[in-house]
Amino acid sequence: MDVLIVDDSAAIRKILQRVLRQAEVPVGNVYEAGDGVEALAALKAQPVGLVLSDINMPNMDGLEFLSKVRAEPHWRDLPILMVSTEGTQAKVLEAVERGASGYVRKPFTANQIKEKLAGMF
Amino acid sequence: MKTEQEQEVIVTPAELADAVREATHAVFSTMLNLELDSGRVSVEKVEAAPSSGVVSLVGLAGPWVGTGSLSCSAPFACKLAGQLLMTEYTSICEDVLDAIAEVTNMIVGNVKTTLESRLGAMGLSTPTVIYGRNFQTRSARNQEWTVVTFDVQGDRMCVQVCLAPNPDAASKAIRPGFPVPHLLNV
Repeated sequence: MDVLIVDDSAAIRKILQRVLRQAEVPVGNVYEAGDGVEALAALKAQPVGLVLSDINMPNMDGLEFLSKVRAEPHWRDLPILMVSTEGTQAKVLEAVERGASGYVRKPFTANQIKEKLAGMF
Repeated sequence: MKTEQEQEVIVTPAELADAVREATHAVFSTMLNLELDSGRVSVEKVEAAPSSGVVSLVGLAGPWVGTGSLSCSAPFACKLAGQLLMTEYTSICEDVLDAIAEVTNMIVGNVKTTLESRLGAMGLSTPTVIYGRNFQTRSARNQEWTVVTFDVQGDRMCVQVCLAPNPDAASKAIRPGFPVPHLLNV
């Protein structure tokens, strides 16, 4: 399964890529995007089976990206795990209402990501 | 006499320090596998920036506005980046600066989450990282900084926050990405 990681931090993209390689879900190619605009372009260019996305990003944040993805019928069931420093209940609920499949708050452990992914597949 | 709704909301340096301690310990124990001491707290009129090393700044905006920052020496920045990315760094590079930016983002983001239940929703800017020698940073507003100085296995790091009510909060929308203006003297 190919994966798209969306985060404006290259450090977080590297960490998530490492965690994905250790997870029990089979991971193929991993693509990266630095914001929602790049992520939408990446999704159009290359279909993936899983997206991990931050919320606070320049140009287009993760919540707007989420809404735009869910507005497309062929991406309605695409698993999207939000990984963000935003931790209020209101923000988590907003992400879920917009169609997030899961939510992990930063800072995170590798096991938290792995467990969340295991529950999504 | 003010009604309960009209009572002025205040945030004490002790509350800020507790939020900084909690967030910093969470980030260090979860993602860096480093043990911190409990940190020494001081309140400064002038931001306690180092004369050299790395400073990372994240702006907060909303009903309250301010800045959170992390400052440390270049060798310690390399150590933090190494712990985060599981790679050894001996000098400052893009990876190290990006890692310090993300550590600051996570600490200040968690401080924000802790305070939002009382202060209302705030936006977080993208981090700005400065590395060099003989520089000082200054907030353009005359605010007090709550400074927490941590000792980490022989190294030292400061996390500091200044936060004040936004007098323009009712008339201006949150502008994530636009931190409180800083003056930089290099």
